[in-house]
Amino acid sequence: MSDNDFFALTPLLLLSGSAVLIMLLIVAKLSHRIIQISSLILFIISFSSLFYIQKILPYNVGTLFVVDGFGVFVVGLVIFSGLVVNILSYIYFEEKEEGPREYYVLLFLCTLGASVLALSKHFIALFLGLEILTVGLYALIAYLRGRNHSIEAGIKYLVLAAFSSAFLLFGMALIYLETGAMEFQDMIPESAKSLSHLFYTGLGMMLVGVGFKLAVVPFHMWTADVYQGAPAPVTAFIATASKGGVLAVLLRFFIAIDGFKFSPVMFTLTCIAAVSMIFGNLLALRQRNLKRILAYSSVAHMGYLLVAFIPGNLMSLQAVCFYLFTYFVTTLSAFGVVIMMSGKNDDAEDIDEYRALFWKHPGQACILSFAMLSLAGIPLTAGFTGKFYILATAIQSGYWPLAVILVLSSVIGLYYYLRVITAMFTGNKNTIPEEREKHVFFFRTGMLALSVLGAMIIWLGIYPQDVISFISQALVTSDLLFTNF
Amino acid sequence: MILVWLIGILMGGGTAALVLGQWNKTIPRWIALVTVLTGFLLILIFWMDQYQTIDEHSADVWLIDFKRDWILSFGISFHLAIDGLSLLLLVLTGFLGILAVLCSWKEITERTGFYYFNLLWILVGVSGVFMAMDLFLFYFFWEVMLIPMYFLIGIWGSENRIYAAYKFFIFTQASGLLMLLAILGLYFIHGQNTGIYTFNYFELLGTVIPSGTGLWLMMGFFVAFAVKLPVFPFHTWLPDAHSEAPTAGSLILAGLLLKTGAYGLLRFVIPLFPVAAAQMALPAMILGVIGIVYGAVLAYSQTDLKRLVAFTSVSHMGFVLTGIFAFNELAFQGVVMQLVTHAISTGALFIMAGMIKERLHTRDINQMGGLWSRMPKMGAIGLLFAMASLGLPGLGNFIAEFLILLGAFKVSIWITVIATLGLIFSAVYSLRIVQKIFWGPQDGYGNIRDFSLREILVMTVLTLSIVGLGLYPQPVIDTASPAIHKLVLLLEADKSNIGKEIKYQESYVR
Repeated sequence: MSDNDFFALTPLLLLSGSAVLIMLLIVAKLSHRIIQISSLILFIISFSSLFYIQKILPYNVGTLFVVDGFGVFVVGLVIFSGLVVNILSYIYFEEKEEGPREYYVLLFLCTLGASVLALSKHFIALFLGLEILTVGLYALIAYLRGRNHSIEAGIKYLVLAAFSSAFLLFGMALIYLETGAMEFQDMIPESAKSLSHLFYTGLGMMLVGVGFKLAVVPFHMWTADVYQGAPAPVTAFIATASKGGVLAVLLRFFIAIDGFKFSPVMFTLTCIAAVSMIFGNLLALRQRNLKRILAYSSVAHMGYLLVAFIPGNLMSLQAVCFYLFTYFVTTLSAFGVVIMMSGKNDDAEDIDEYRALFWKHPGQACILSFAMLSLAGIPLTAGFTGKFYILATAIQSGYWPLAVILVLSSVIGLYYYLRVITAMFTGNKNTIPEEREKHVFFFRTGMLALSVLGAMIIWLGIYPQDVISFISQALVTSDLLFTNF
Repeated sequence: MILVWLIGILMGGGTAALVLGQWNKTIPRWIALVTVLTGFLLILIFWMDQYQTIDEHSADVWLIDFKRDWILSFGISFHLAIDGLSLLLLVLTGFLGILAVLCSWKEITERTGFYYFNLLWILVGVSGVFMAMDLFLFYFFWEVMLIPMYFLIGIWGSENRIYAAYKFFIFTQASGLLMLLAILGLYFIHGQNTGIYTFNYFELLGTVIPSGTGLWLMMGFFVAFAVKLPVFPFHTWLPDAHSEAPTAGSLILAGLLLKTGAYGLLRFVIPLFPVAAAQMALPAMILGVIGIVYGAVLAYSQTDLKRLVAFTSVSHMGFVLTGIFAFNELAFQGVVMQLVTHAISTGALFIMAGMIKERLHTRDINQMGGLWSRMPKMGAIGLLFAMASLGLPGLGNFIAEFLILLGAFKVSIWITVIATLGLIFSAVYSLRIVQKIFWGPQDGYGNIRDFSLREILVMTVLTLSIVGLGLYPQPVIDTASPAIHKLVLLLEADKSNIGKEIKYQESYVR
C-alpha cells in the first residue's frame, strides 16, 4: 500500500483508531463523562477528515475499496449519525446500572463497519464491513442486559442477521463460481441473456441477505421487535447508519454489474418496493408504541428509497443520496426526542407518554412534530423535498404505478404520524424524567443537537438547492462507472 | 414586491404572536389584528390604485409579477403574480382575516399565541395559493394551509375535533398528492416536448399533451380542487370539519379554503388542460347540480346549526362548479361573484352560529327558539343573512346565482332547470333556520345578552358588504373581467382547434 492509499483511507483508520483509543481510556478507568467527551471529539475528527481527503477523489485502494464522492457522502452521513447518537447517549446511559463505557467502543466499530460497506467494491470488503457492523450491533442491541425486551431483541437480531449473512455468503459464492470474480466490476455479464441460472440464484440470495439488513417486506419481521427492544440510541443508529451503509453497497454493486438491465431482478425489486411501502404503512397503523411505529415507518421508507433506486439513472442516484440525507436527519431527530424523553427504567415508547408535550416542553414537541411531518412528507419539511425528488425520478422514467403506490401508501402513513402529533396536544400529563435536571450540560447539548436537526429539516424543506448541488458535485467526483451512468 | 410583503407581514405577525404569546395572553390578539389590518389595507390600497387602469381588453392581464430563482436544479422559481381574479380573492382573504381575528377575540382564551400563529399561517397559505404562478410553489402553499388548519381544528375545536381534524387532513392531503403527481407529469411532458424543464405556469400553458394522458393529468388536478370545493362525492370531510372547528376556523374554511378549490379550477384546470376540461364539462356540471340539490336536501335535515350551514356550502359550491364548467363569460362572472358573496354570507352565518353557541352552549337547533325577543339585533341580522343565503334579490348572492344560471342556460337547459330547483330548496332550509332559532316558543335560557359592541362592528361590516354587493356589484365584475375575458378567449381559441390534427411528440409514458 502506498502513502496515498493510507491517505484515502484516513476516515476508516481514524474510526478504528478511535475504537482502540477509547478502549485504552476505559482501561485507565476514566469516568463516563470523559469518555463520552473524548469520543465526541474523535467523531468530530473523523468527520472532518472527510473534507480533508476531498482532493484526491475518486481513488481506488487496491481492489477492495474505492473512495469516491458517493462513498464519502454516505460515510459522512454514517459518521454524522454516529456523532449525533454519541451526543445523545450520555444522558441516556448515565442513569442505567450497566457500565456504559464499552458502549462507545462498539459505537465506533459499528460506524466503521457501515463506512467500510459504503466504500467497498469487492465481495471481501462487503462482507468484512457487514460483519463488523452486525457483530457490533448484536452487543449494542442487548446492551441493557437487565431488560427482557433488550435480550430478546438481541437474540432475534443475532439469529436473523447470521441467517441473512449466510444467504449473502452463499449468493456471493455462487456468483463467484459463475464469473470467477470477486470485484464488482469484473463480474459484468456479457449480456443479460447469457446469464446462467446460477448467477441469478446467487443474485437472488444476495438480495435476500441485503433485504434482511434493509428490513424490506417480506424480510421485515425483525424490525419492530429489535427497534423496540434495543436502547433508543442504538435504535436510532440501526435505523440510519446500518441501513444507509447497506443501501450504498447495494447501489454500487448494481451499478457495477449494471443490474438494472436484468428484468427479473428489477421486477422483484419493484415488487419488494411496492409491498414495503404498502405493508410498512399498514402495519404501523395500529401501533401504539412510538418505536414500533418508527420501525414500520422505516420499512415504508426503505420502499420509497427503492422507488428512487429502481429507475437506475443519474437522477435516481441523486434522489437516493438526497433522500438518505433527509431520512437520516429526520429519523435522528425523531429518535433524539425519544431518547430525551426516556427515563431510568423504560424508554418513552408509548404514545401516551407524549401527551400534552406541546404545552409542557414545546421544544421537544416541535422537533418531534417536524420529524413526524417530515416522515409523512408534508411541505416545508425535508421529507417533502425528498419525496418530491423520488416522485420526480420515478415519473421521469415512466414508473407511474410505483409513483401512485408511493402516494397512496403515504396517505395511509399520514394517519399514524398525525396520531403522534395529536397525542402531543391532547391530554394533560408529562414531564421529562427528573434525572435530566441533574445533567444540565448534557441536556443542553442534546437539545442543541436536536434543534440543529430540527432546523435542518426545515431548511431542507425550504431551500434544498445547496444540498442538491452539493450532492451532484459529490457524484461528479465518483467512480467512473457512476459518472458514465 | 407588495405580494412578498403581504406574505412576509402575515408570516412575521404569526411568528411574533407565537413568541410573545409565551408571556402574555392578550398581546397575540392585538398583534394578529394589527397584522391582518395592515395586510388588508395594503392590498386594498393596491386595488384602489389599480382599479382605474384595469381594462377588459388589454393584452396583459397581470398586475404584478415577481420572480426569483428558488430551486434551480428543478426549474422551480419563487414566482408570484396576480390578475384581477387573484386580487379580488386576496382582498377577500384580508377581509375575512380581520373578521376571523375579531370573532375569536373572546372565544379563544387558552394558548392564544399558538392560536393566532396558526390563524395567520393559514392566511399565508391561502394568499400564497392565490398568488403563486409556479406549480411547485402553488403546491407548497396549498399544503401550508393544511397543517395550521389541522391544529386549529384539533386543538380548539369542539367535542369530536380529533376525528374531524384527521378527516380534513387526510382528505385534502391525499387529493393534494394526486395533484402533485399530475404536476410532475405535466412538468416532464413539457420538458420532453421543449427541452425546458420548468414549473413556471406561463411556460406550461399551452403544453401539448397527448389526449389520454391529458385527461389523467387533468383528473389529478380536478380531484384536488374537487375535494377542497367540495364536489358531491368528495364532500364528506366538510360537515365534520366545519362543525367541529372553532368559529374562526369555520369562517376561514367556508370563506377561503373552499375558494381555493374554485380558484384552482379557474386558474389551472381550464387553462392548462382546455381539451380535457371540455371533455369533463358535462359530467362536472352534473356533479355540480347533484351537489346543489343534495347539499340543500341534507341541509334541511340537519339539527346541528353548524352542520346545516356547512351543507348549504356544499349546495352553493355546486353552483360554482356548474358555472365554471359552463365555460362562458356570464357564468364565470357569476362564479367570481358567488365566491365573494358566499364567503360573506356563509361566513356571517358561521359567526352567528358561534355567537349562539357562546350564549346557549349548544348547536342543536331543536333546543333553540324564540331568540328574536331576547336578541332582536341578532334576529334581524340572522334573517338578513338567511335571505342572502336563499338568494333574495338585492343581496349579493342573488347576482351571483342569477349570472351562473344565465350562463348555464346557454349550455344546457335541463341542468339549469334542476339547478334552479336548488334555489327553492335553499329557501326552504333558510327559512327553517330563521324559524327554528328566532321564532317559535321561548325556552328558559336564563339571562342572555344581545350583540356586544365588537359583534355589532363585525356584523355591520358584513351586512354593509353583502348589501353593497347586491346593489352595486360592478367593482367586482370589473376587476375580474380581464382575467375572465382571457379565459374565455382561450377556450374559444381552443374550440376552433378541435377537429384539426394536433401534433405532439410521442408520450414518454411507459
